This record gives sequence, C-alpha cells and structure tokens, in this order.
Amino acid sequence: MIGVVSYLAFFLTMAGILAIAVLGLNLQWGNTGLFNGGVVAFFGAGAYGLMILGGRPEAGQFGGFQLPFPVALAGGVLLAALIAWAVGILTLRLRHDYLAIATFGVAVAFESVTRNAEWLTGGAKGLRGFHRPLEAAIGDPFLFSLAFLAMVLAFLAAVYLGLERLVRSPYGRLLRAIREDETAARSLGKNPARLRLAAFVLGSAVMGLAGGLYASFYAFISPQDMAPILTFQIWAMLIVGGAGNNRGAILGAVLIWAAWTGSGFLLARHAPAEFQLYTGTIQYIMIGLVIVGMLMWRPQGLLPERLAISQTGGEAARRSASRDLTGRETE
Amino acid sequence: MIQNLLDGVLTGAIVSLGAIGLTMAMHMLRFANFSYAELMAIGAYVALVFDRLFEALIPAARAAIGPLSLNWALAAALVVAMAATGLSAVAIDRLVFRRIRQRAGPLSMVFASFGVALILRNLITLIFGLKAQLYSQEIAFAVILSRDPLILIKPDQVFVLAAALALMLIFHLVLTRTTFGFALRAVAENPALAQVAGVRLSAMVAAVWMIGGALSAAAGVFYALTNHLAPTMGHNFLLPVFAATIVGGIGSVHGAVLGGFIVGIASGLALQIMPSGYVPAMPFLIILAVLLLRPHGLFGEEQA
Amino acid sequence: MSGPALTVTGLEAGYVRDLPVLRGVSLRLESGSLTAIIGPNGAGKSTLIKAVAGLVPVTAGRVLLGERDITGLRPDLMQGLGIAYVPQTDNVFRSLTIRENLALVLRRAPDRARRLAQTLAMFPPLAERPGLRAGALSGGQRQMLAMAMALAIGPSVMLLDEPSAGLSPKAAAEVLELARGLTGRGVSILLVEQNVRETLRLADHCYILAEGRNQIDGPAERLRGDPVVAEIYLGGRRVAAP
Repeated sequence: MIGVVSYLAFFLTMAGILAIAVLGLNLQWGNTGLFNGGVVAFFGAGAYGLMILGGRPEAGQFGGFQLPFPVALAGGVLLAALIAWAVGILTLRLRHDYLAIATFGVAVAFESVTRNAEWLTGGAKGLRGFHRPLEAAIGDPFLFSLAFLAMVLAFLAAVYLGLERLVRSPYGRLLRAIREDETAARSLGKNPARLRLAAFVLGSAVMGLAGGLYASFYAFISPQDMAPILTFQIWAMLIVGGAGNNRGAILGAVLIWAAWTGSGFLLARHAPAEFQLYTGTIQYIMIGLVIVGMLMWRPQGLLPERLAISQTGGEAARRSASRDLTGRETE
Repeated sequence: MIQNLLDGVLTGAIVSLGAIGLTMAMHMLRFANFSYAELMAIGAYVALVFDRLFEALIPAARAAIGPLSLNWALAAALVVAMAATGLSAVAIDRLVFRRIRQRAGPLSMVFASFGVALILRNLITLIFGLKAQLYSQEIAFAVILSRDPLILIKPDQVFVLAAALALMLIFHLVLTRTTFGFALRAVAENPALAQVAGVRLSAMVAAVWMIGGALSAAAGVFYALTNHLAPTMGHNFLLPVFAATIVGGIGSVHGAVLGGFIVGIASGLALQIMPSGYVPAMPFLIILAVLLLRPHGLFGEEQA
Repeated sequence: MSGPALTVTGLEAGYVRDLPVLRGVSLRLESGSLTAIIGPNGAGKSTLIKAVAGLVPVTAGRVLLGERDITGLRPDLMQGLGIAYVPQTDNVFRSLTIRENLALVLRRAPDRARRLAQTLAMFPPLAERPGLRAGALSGGQRQMLAMAMALAIGPSVMLLDEPSAGLSPKAAAEVLELARGLTGRGVSILLVEQNVRETLRLADHCYILAEGRNQIDGPAERLRGDPVVAEIYLGGRRVAAP
C-alpha cells in the first residue's frame, strides 16, 4: 500500500513540477504568442542556480554557498529571468521566429556549459549535495515525500492563481490584444515589445521555479536531467491541454507525464531485449507525433482557450493583414 | 591555426549548402523551420542505402575515384539521395506544413517543424541505429601540406570543397540566368505580384523544397564523407545553418553562402581559444553578435 | 464595340470572413473601352480590381471574361487568359533588372526574345538601360515598367489600379494618355483613379462606388455634366441646373 502511495506521490510531484513549467510556457505561447524553443535552458537555469547557491561546497568547485532553500530557489528563478531578459531584449522587436531560434540557441549553449564548465556545473557528473528543506526535521522519507508533494502543489496553486489573475487583468487582455493584432495594439499607444518582454521574462522565471523544485526534489542535477527532450515534453503538455488555458496546461502535464512514464514502463517490460536501447527513441517519436498530430487535428487542445478576443483566432487575423503568400492560394 | 582555418572553410562550405534552402524557405513561407537540418541526415542515410545497393549490384562501382575514398557507387548514390531528399522535403510539406499553413499562422508552423524534427531524427535512429557509421572503411590518407606548422588535408576534403562550390555556382547561375530563377527571386520579393506575373506559387514552394532538399542532402553526404554519419548530425547542424541565414539576412541566398563560411570559419578558429566542448555554442554567439550589431543580417531587408 | 470584355455581377468580396468590403458590385467593361472606377476612399475600388484579378477571395457574384466564368480563378492563370493587372504600388520586382522583369512575365511565351524586344521598343527610356535593377528606377519609369510588363503578354484586358498615384503631374498625364492610346489597339482597360477630373475627361464610361456598392454610372461625358458628381468630386463647384 505504502508502495503505491509513495509511487503516486512521486508521480504527482513530478507532474506538479512539470505543470508549473507548462504554466510558464502557457504565458509565453498561449497568452502572448511567443515561441520558446529552449524551455530546458530556463528550467535548467532554475535547477543549476538552486544547486550552486544552496549546495555544499566542494573542492575546485564554484558555488556551494549553502544558502537557505528559499534564497537558493529565488536565485535560480532570478537566473532564469535574467537569461530570458537578455535574449528577449535582443529578439523581441524582430521577426517572430528570431526568438524561436535564439531560445533554441540558448538551450544549445546552456547544454555545452553544463557539460563542460566543470568548475561551475560539475560537468557530466553534475552537482549533488543539497539539503532538502525540512528533510532532517521530518525524518521519515515517506512522510517527507508527502510533505514535498504538498509544497509542490502549493507552488502550483500559487502560480496558477497568480497567472489566472494576470491573464484576466487589463494587462492580460493587452497581451492577447498584441498577440492577435499587434498593429492595432500599437496604435492604441501600447509598446508591444516591452509587454512581450515582460511576459517572456515572467514565463521563463516560472520555468526556472519548476527547475529549482526539480533539483531540490532529487538533490542532484546533471546534464542528463536537462536533455533537449524536456523542451518537447513541456510543449506537448501545453498543446495537448490547450494553449491559452491554464487548467488545460495542468491537465496536459498530468496526461503527458502519465503517458510518458506509462509507455516507458511498458516498453521496459515488454520490448525485446535488443530493443531496450531504443525505448527512448520510440517515446521521442510519440512525443513528436503528439505535437504534430495535435497541431494538425486539434490545435486548440483538449481544453480550448476561453478568453480569446476574436473568434477567428489571432493568427488568422494577423495573416489576412500581412502580405502572406500562403493564405491566398487555392490549390 | 591554419589547420583550423582549413577545417573551418570545409565546415563552412557544408553549412552554406545547408543554409541556402533554409533561407529561401524561411523567407517564402515565413517561418523558422526547425526540421530543416534533418534533411541533411536524411540525405546522408539515403546515400548510405544506395551506396551499399550499387556496390552490391555493380562490383565495378566499388572502385575508388582517384585518390578519394569516394567510389562510383557513392557518387551515384549522392545523385539519388539529392533527388530523394528533395522529394521527401516536398512530401513533408504536403503532409504537414501545407495543412497547417492553410489554417494557422507561421508560429504554428515553427511549432510543427519542432515536432517534425523530433520524429524524423528518431525515425532515422530507429532504422539505422544510434552508432556512427562510415561510407567506406578504407582509411583515406591525408596529404601533408606542411610539417611545421603541421597542416594535413585529405583528398576527400578537397573534393567536398570543390563540389560544394560547384553546386553553389550552378545554383547562382540558375538564379541569375534562367526565367525559373527570376521566378524564384520574384516570389521571394513579392509573392502576390509574382502570381499576377503568371508564377504559380505552389509550384515555386515545391521547387524551393526540392532545391533545399537536394542541396541539404549534398551537404549531409559531404559531411558524412569527411566525418561520419550519425542520427544526430541534422540536429548538430541546425544551429549553424540558422546562424548562417541570420548572418546573411533571411531570404538572401548569397548572404546564406557567406554566412555559412563565416560560421564555419569562426567555429574552426574558436578551437584556438576555447575547449572543443563549447564549439556547438559558437553559432549562438554569432547569432547574438548579429542581433546586437546588425539585426537584419548582412544582406537582409527589414521586415515585420 | 462588340459585347463586353468583362462582366461583373453582384460581386461580394473581402479580406476577413463575414466582413465584405464589396457588397454586390456590378459593371461591364465594353471591348476596347476605357472604363473608370471612381469613388471616395474606402469605397472598395482597389478591392474590386483585386477581386477581379483573383487576389481577394470572392464570396458571392460572378466575373465573366467574355462568356467565360473566371470568378476566383488563380491569378497566375488569369495572366494566361490575357488579363494583366497592374497594382498601385510594388508593381515591379525591385531586385530584378528591367530585362529580367519582362522575361519573367514572358516566361511561358514561345517567342520570348522577340516579344521582349518589341516591348522594350515601345518604351525608349527602358530600352536604354535594360540591365538596370528596377529598384533604381524613378517613380515614373517604374510605372512605365509595370505597364510594359502588363503589355508584354499582349493582354485583352488590363486592370490598372491608380497608375498615376505618386507621380509628377507630367508623368501622371503620360501614363493616362498611354492607357487611352492602348484602347485604340483593342485592349479593354478597367481603371481605378483618384484624379476624377482627368479620368472623366479620358474615360469612355465611369462607375462611381461608395461603401462597396454601385452609386452612379454612365458615359463619362454625361457624368462630367452631372451636378451631383460635380458637387462631390469636382471641387464643390455649383453648377446651375439645366
């Protein structure tokens, strides 16, 4: 019994952490129309930031300041926000896909730093030795896992409520207005680039928070945890749940994480031995198919956006206004 | 130093070939295609399949061409791979991208291309395995150009550079000397007017995918010939080809060629100052530098 | 004049669904005539000409070329049927040379070289430097090149969207005179113009649009004398009733 409950606690803790990251992405993509191709870097910045600030000192290793958990977590969040700010300021006034390319670049650069900067990130062996909050005080590992789950869910609730308030506020309406018709928003005297930058930084900070929670959950972080697939997983969660809908984001996180762990379990158990090396490959293809399939057949996701300004959707309106070859042609 | 420069020029030629189609497709269809570099991997592996097939069918084709490790079978396989990859690119567009662009905007296409890249890369892994492979097990001996400083060059590398430049020259002539080239340039500049001028857009979109697929396949084979084949090769070239298009300015074919060489040479020279583990991040630094100094690239025009 | 070259009936068209700019426009372009469309800003003049050219989705109504229904036909096929559309702005490919621009529109012509030479011969200023990039031309020369590109294909119908916009008065008059002259060679021209006075002087027939609908139409000669038209478009001059 405890085995089932403790697995469930583990499952929900991970789903909760990933759901926080999906909420961050939803603010960027769902509400503001920004494509972040390097989610893993912002998640990772939160994780590594926390470990460097809160970890134990080790020889030849920068960091290990043993700062208290809240401070270390905040530091990771800040690091993610700073990276987002630097990338955003360079790209957000340009064509929309520069941000996609630049964030993908951030992820590649981030990966090479985590793999190579041993003095900072521990290289391939990663960083370990983080005092998890209240672990010593609670003592019992099972109770601790429940307490940690409660903390993750509390963070998730706080992020959810905060973002819900934000997207319903005049600021949130403004973000959607920019997403759907930038020219009109500008003519109202709003500065779209600055608003988008704020949304991008805030969304990335939320991803950093998720990363920090992830690192404190395992008290260990290595480049293995920050594989590029994480970006795809979080995207799949958002598109399945429904871009623009925060409840959908959480639903998508739970569903995809269940599908991921479930398929991993089934493949490990039933796939032939010579195939075991390729179970991850099969799962990656599944994630890719989920993304492409949803975009083609149900782009609004399971829970469609409720706050859209126009019925036709933002991109359609934007397209008709631009000199776009793809819309006009009938084939 | 000079060795790194030479290697950088070679990488640059490969990146340039890969970037030509990307810059055209990005300009014409207005989205950053994250699955584009996978065409290089598709090309390289299709060539592997046909190389083995031709070698098995025609033993004489196993003879190497001159001092190269390239044999006649692989040369023929390269041509087949270019055609097959071009057709795959058209097919992927028909199957996925065209359906999405009829309903949604460019950012949904960026998103879809992200998913397509993941599918393609892992299908290749599933079919051909994770292990790196070679076209030929025979060791291609390098020629020593100089002993101090030590500069080595393989005949294959010379061939790859010459062949890449030849392909670029041919495409340049197509663009500047044929009415088909005029039509490509016209669509890139103003699609609506091009239609009025009698150009069928869907045919031009297919042509861009065909050309881009063929050039990418050549780039993939050239890389595999001078290095090795691996399912991740497309992914590893994605940032360099994006960097080349941004350096050159989105939509500029000549810019992409120049950008490719800049990225290749900079990555080669970067080995002088940074450990090799950081080299994958070099294109990112170049992108940042361009965005800071000249956001629309060397030959790019400003566009919303 | 034998029958209409182009007939438009009840045309509805627009850029966004459920928001038509044209709400039922009808007109006839008689063969070999110069027919003008005038009207206030936002009346849908340019949209009308674009919808005829296949560049704006048509939601209702029909466009006939002679007897043939060409409603919503792809623009590149329109060119093949001898319909030449000259947009108001961005009507030449700036990155292509004069010769390349012309070669492009003549891409499918079997006698491309001859036609290219013929077309250039009609426009001496262009023939002087055929290798010049169109982006380097002056406004008037660019308009000339746009007209040359339309004429190169030997069109039966030309759709001109404000060809005189942004040109010097002299260049504007030249372009309109050129259009007038072409009708003598059997080309039927549908013209959108801002310059009402000049248009009423040159055109055979005139349609006045407002809010996406037909308002008044008739022979240009008659509209010139029409007090309402004079009141609205010719500077508010009071004309005594006959």
